[in-house]
Amino acid sequence: MSTTEQPTTPGFEVDPAAFRHLADAQVNVELDTGDMILNMGPQHPATHGTLRLVVRLDGERVIAADPVIGYMHRGYEKLTEFRTYPQVTTLINRIDWLSSFANEVPFVHAAEQLMEIEAPPRAQYIRTALTELSRIATFLLFLGEMGLQVGALTPAFYGFRDREHVLNLIEAATGGRFHPNFNRIGGLKDDLPWGWISETRNVMKIVLDACDVFEDLVVGNEIFQARTRSIGIIPGELGASYGVSGSNLRASGVDWDLRRDGAPYLAYPDLDFQVFTHPDGDSFSRYWVRLQETRESARMVLQLLDGMPAGPIMAKVPRIIKVPEGEAWVETENPLGQMGYYVVSKGATGPFRVKIRSASFSNVSILPWMLRGVYVPDVVTILASLYFILGDIDR
Amino acid sequence: MADSATLTSRITDALGDAVVDQGEARGTLVIRVRPDAWRSSAEILRRTLGFDYLSFIAGIDWMPAPVVGLVEGDTSTPAQPSDMTFGVAGSAGRFQVFAHVQSTAQHAGVTVRTDVEEADPRVESWVSVYPGADWHERECWEMYGFVFEGHPSLRHLYLPSEFEGHPLRKDFPLLAREVKPWPGLTDVEPMPGGDDEAGEEGTA
Amino acid sequence: MNALAVEIPWGVLLAIKAVVILAVVPLGALVLGYTFLLKMMSHMQSRLGPMDPGGFHGWFQLIGDGIKFLQKEDIVPDEADRRVFALAPTVVVISTFLIFVVIPAGPRLQVANLDVGVFYALAVSSLSVIGVLMAGWASANKFALIGALRAAAQLIAYELPLLLAVVGVVIQAGTMSLQGIVSAQQDGAIFGWSGIGNPFILTQFVGFLLFLIAAQAELTQTPFDMPVAESELVAGYMVEYTGFRFLFFFIGEFGTATAFAALAATLFLGGWSIPGVHGTAADLLGPLVLVVKLMAVAFLMFWVRFTYPRLREDQLQALAWKVLIPIALVNVIITAIIKVAI
Repeated sequence: MSTTEQPTTPGFEVDPAAFRHLADAQVNVELDTGDMILNMGPQHPATHGTLRLVVRLDGERVIAADPVIGYMHRGYEKLTEFRTYPQVTTLINRIDWLSSFANEVPFVHAAEQLMEIEAPPRAQYIRTALTELSRIATFLLFLGEMGLQVGALTPAFYGFRDREHVLNLIEAATGGRFHPNFNRIGGLKDDLPWGWISETRNVMKIVLDACDVFEDLVVGNEIFQARTRSIGIIPGELGASYGVSGSNLRASGVDWDLRRDGAPYLAYPDLDFQVFTHPDGDSFSRYWVRLQETRESARMVLQLLDGMPAGPIMAKVPRIIKVPEGEAWVETENPLGQMGYYVVSKGATGPFRVKIRSASFSNVSILPWMLRGVYVPDVVTILASLYFILGDIDR
Repeated sequence: MADSATLTSRITDALGDAVVDQGEARGTLVIRVRPDAWRSSAEILRRTLGFDYLSFIAGIDWMPAPVVGLVEGDTSTPAQPSDMTFGVAGSAGRFQVFAHVQSTAQHAGVTVRTDVEEADPRVESWVSVYPGADWHERECWEMYGFVFEGHPSLRHLYLPSEFEGHPLRKDFPLLAREVKPWPGLTDVEPMPGGDDEAGEEGTA
Repeated sequence: MNALAVEIPWGVLLAIKAVVILAVVPLGALVLGYTFLLKMMSHMQSRLGPMDPGGFHGWFQLIGDGIKFLQKEDIVPDEADRRVFALAPTVVVISTFLIFVVIPAGPRLQVANLDVGVFYALAVSSLSVIGVLMAGWASANKFALIGALRAAAQLIAYELPLLLAVVGVVIQAGTMSLQGIVSAQQDGAIFGWSGIGNPFILTQFVGFLLFLIAAQAELTQTPFDMPVAESELVAGYMVEYTGFRFLFFFIGEFGTATAFAALAATLFLGGWSIPGVHGTAADLLGPLVLVVKLMAVAFLMFWVRFTYPRLREDQLQALAWKVLIPIALVNVIITAIIKVAI
């Protein structure tokens, strides 16, 4: 697609309702200047990767926006049809690359359900701890870089600095900072190294302190509030019908968290945690909800460490994994939202069809509706607050 | 979480004669509806039963996967059964479209499925019921070729606009496997300066 | 005074002054850029900044960057207006040089002692708006255009609080000449005590704050850096500039920061003066004192730059027109009343 072609598809029509505030903004009505098509992306600091937003602007207001995705489409669903189950785990690590451990969990869980085996309790606890650590890692980055997108240079560095501690923990346990590939069908690859538990306790204290710093530096800042309050409001019901999930939906007041409300998985039934919602549904509430969830994740990790059972970390699983015929759907509360795998198996060593339901795909699909009538700087704030990862959108 | 038996009966009662078959998958209930009742089932699910959250809409191709690999005895690709079987709720043919919806208030979910004709794949669009169906149906169209009637603009989502073919169909080849065999099959690359010289490497 | 009374020919004096101005702008840009942008910002963000170039804490970094920019390829976009594109950075930098003409560094160390010094300085500093608009339009790039239009609106809007803040100082000093303002502060007295003179920051505290805020906006620094919003427009109106031309913009930006800091130091902190020091000693110490004071002001400016997020364009305009200008007007009125009444 050339950058200057005018999209002529019906979906790009100007919504008359959006003109209501434009009429207020025009000072001189006789000056009927034409609209400008601006191409934000695919290389742009605000779009978090290769997302391309073709926006039609009138001055600084967006009249219509059309996200163009697929610059990072790797064809995962086709690839999974040619892989064995352990090989698929390596692939799906890379869907949401900031919290990669969390991507593996639903798929491995689905395979275990079809095979009717259960990972031992210690493995479940360690899986939960690593999932929550990935959540903390990705949220710390979010807390920092949303400040950066809004203009404050400093929170980004604090976010990265504190995230390093968590990544070191994940590396110590799994061997990889970003793509641990640590889950196996039936359990985990290895047990925890010596000293990991005490080190994690220290790091959780650092994380809780970092959250306080972000609360002071970013949340309390009047300019940040002016930039994010009432920007990009998602009504709860509309968000649900678009499939918006995770912290984005909870920030619109919908009290739904799969860790508490969905089918029980991992060690969450044993944990005592709070789910945060915010009534406003704007960018500020999405930041606030994620800040609270970071704190809550740190507390959950401490609970997990206190209650870590002893025992094996791998169930009895045959060498060559053949999953019996059947279909399974497992959905988990990943940092970006709800991630689900619909696995169709025909009894072979690899899946027949895997439908990957990724959270950011649905989160971003609401952008054409949400970006009408906002200013260009608000586009950046909204993109930052939705917090999507391109690998999650494009698979 | 709602008790699955009562949930099943509530849904089948509400959907009435649109239901063709139903089955139980791990973690969800699967209900197969008539193709001409696809959109009306969505409306009943959303308005009457309160399933307000659209998780996804996807397609599935039940045709057995073709055999790939050029090298004899290549066991790297999992061998799928060569006869066409259908899933837990059965199917009339090769193509099906399935969707998963959930209720944010009742924390329950259901998968609905319907058959799609192979010769003329047309499906009713869900966009008027769930606005989020827009992108899911675009992806389904470009990957499988199902035409969603009533969709405002069925155009490519992931793939370039000039792309030909529908990749997720089973007869669309995965070219990487056709061009050369999977690297994991060949010998280990010899160390530099060893016995084997250039020209004698494995087919990696 | 008499020991240094040497008769210098007019032409030689002009040459010396030209060299001084041409040197002080890049030098100021360098020092401010290194100290605040590279080192202070890094330490505030819990990192070290450049450590290797030149050995001791990377002092050579910016000079090395300058040399690097000089040898970069000069890319002019295909559809750009070549002449305007090339002229724009020059216009921006010229306005910086012109401000330094009136800034005094000692009782006799001033390039031109204009009676309307303040008026001249502010007038000339707004020339850079033209350069920014030229850059944005000639770049044939939509992002640059958006940045330039934002800059035009912002820079013009914030001229007024800047001006009005200075008017209070002018009223209190009774003169528009910068030397006169410095003398008024040096020889003034606070309720009869002349220990520290009468730095106008004490009485014109509101004016000082307004000046700082408006200067921050004039320099398009966060929280007013919408024209150069890094995460939206990448470099705004400068986005198509490479190499030597970008270096001009960079020098212009930090040179103007030096100029405004020096202006603030002169108008509010007493400039080159230390109370009680006159004559030759003042000529020798003056520049140092001025540098110390302007670094203090620049510290405040850059500290705010690295801490706050940026205001959106309409919020920025609302701040200028609805908040800062009324406060500035009230400040002027009160100053005038007090000046006349007391």
